[in-house]
Amino acid sequence: MEFFRPASLAEALEIKAAHPGGIPIAGGTDLMVEINFDKRRPEVLIDLTVCPELQEWSRSNGTIRIGSGVSYSRLIAELAGELPGLAIASRTVGSPQIRNRGTLGGNLGTASPAGDGVPPLVAVGAEVEVASTNGARTLPVAEFITGVKKNALAGDELIVAVHVPVAKGPQQFSKIGTRNAMVIAVATFSIALDLESRTVGTALGSSSPRPLRAHDAEEFIAAELDWAEHTPVPANVAERFGELVAGVATPIDDVRGTAAYRRHALGVMAKRTLTWTWDEAGRLGAPAEWKGPRS
Amino acid sequence: MEGAEIVRLNLRINGQPHEVDDVWEGESLLYVLRERLGLPGSKNACEQGECGSCSIYLDGQLVCACLVLAGQAEDREVVTVEGLGGSNDLHPVQEAFLEAGAVQCGFCTPGLIVAAHELLSRRPDPSESEIREALAGNLCRCTGYEKIIDAVSLAGRKMAGGST
Ligand SMILES: Cc1cc2nc3c(=O)[nH]c(=O)nc-3n(C[C@H](O)[C@H](O)[C@H](O)COP(=O)(O)OP(=O)(O)OC[C@H]3O[C@@H](n4cnc5c(N)ncnc54)[C@H](O)[C@@H]3O)c2cc1C
Ligand code: FES
Ligand code: FES
Repeated sequence: MEFFRPASLAEALEIKAAHPGGIPIAGGTDLMVEINFDKRRPEVLIDLTVCPELQEWSRSNGTIRIGSGVSYSRLIAELAGELPGLAIASRTVGSPQIRNRGTLGGNLGTASPAGDGVPPLVAVGAEVEVASTNGARTLPVAEFITGVKKNALAGDELIVAVHVPVAKGPQQFSKIGTRNAMVIAVATFSIALDLESRTVGTALGSSSPRPLRAHDAEEFIAAELDWAEHTPVPANVAERFGELVAGVATPIDDVRGTAAYRRHALGVMAKRTLTWTWDEAGRLGAPAEWKGPRS
Repeated sequence: MEGAEIVRLNLRINGQPHEVDDVWEGESLLYVLRERLGLPGSKNACEQGECGSCSIYLDGQLVCACLVLAGQAEDREVVTVEGLGGSNDLHPVQEAFLEAGAVQCGFCTPGLIVAAHELLSRRPDPSESEIREALAGNLCRCTGYEKIIDAVSLAGRKMAGGST
């Protein structure tokens, strides 16, 4: 085994180019479990925790660029105002110890259907920036994850950052698990209201091999909501929204739950989070007055 | 750009510089602490981040030592439960655990002490739900947690210098 500890992104990319089979390690909260249990014996390990470029985030033109090595704890502490959906999801990850180390880059690297960082990104159309010594490219998060534990990263590439649009309305994330803390999702649902364009973004987690948006549900609800007066969502409309969301899921039966349970749970989460975000939008008023979520 | 087969690791532990030889690239910081440096306070129970018995500070942050690759700790500052207090100079958090009867088999205790210490350093007077939230990554199979929660509240009062 060989161990590298590049001090810059450029150096990390050169190492990755020279060792395409090299395994990056960020927070280690997925990878170390595999190494400790001898499920994986990487020949080359590349520690990304001292590359300064990966530990930073910045804003420009209504988008936040988050370095792949920013921890969940920092997303919660530093970005809850601008990216409320991502912050809510981050709060549900593991425990304080896990949130202090775990990163979005690692969540995307692992590409588990149960990754809680993914649905809030997909719901707002966020993009992943990956790079090699030949340059950088960006692709939608929804396309980056290509299957269960599979992603679109080439052998010489590293995940550099995610680009997430700043919230333009209330966002929510809901997670079903067997208890409150330290739990792998049985099913999750993300919703993001855009009060400017009067559209709704959604994403389902733990419900299919790849991240899913419920496009029909999004179009249906955007047309039904009374964006001008913010009247409450009629019960039959919320119900239909839940059905459309549950309808796109292709979940599996496993030890954590049956496919039927997951589908049911998705419908319930969709209805609830729709009501929560719509109520919040009503309380907060028109887009011009929308100053971000209550803390 | 040679990759090292790490042989030597330099880090600070409980305020002291340490040089550790013959470290294997795939081993965890927990292994280094326990097996190479004779610091058995951090416990090894699950090696998968689930139990929190290996909780330590890494550069001031609460982490599971079993999930930190040894090489990632190079030049970092580590504080283990041994660095908080010893048998002759117990930290108020440690005293509180004894006084509240929060220790049974004791296996979870060191990790809980470090996690409670971290909570109290940023929240001197935590509510019960804050305590539960902060300790969600630490499992105890003996106590049922009630006495642990009492102990953390008691520790907070001790550290504030109030009556116990
Ligand atoms: C006890 C426990 C509880 C957990 N709870 C949750 C939970 O509730 N929700 C959840 O979603 N996850 C959970 N996880 C899983 C894990 O914490 C997350 O997936 C986390 O985001 C992984 O990030 P990391 O930085 O630790 O990844 P690492 O373990 O460092 O890496 C994970 C994978 O990504 C690759 N990788 C990392 N960074 C990059 C990069 N920049 N470029 C290319 N590849 C990269 C690595 O090579 C590896 O294959 C839990 C894990 C544990 C141990
Ligand atoms: S041994 Fe590290 S969390 Fe259990
Ligand atoms: S006292 Fe035995 S595990 Fe907690």
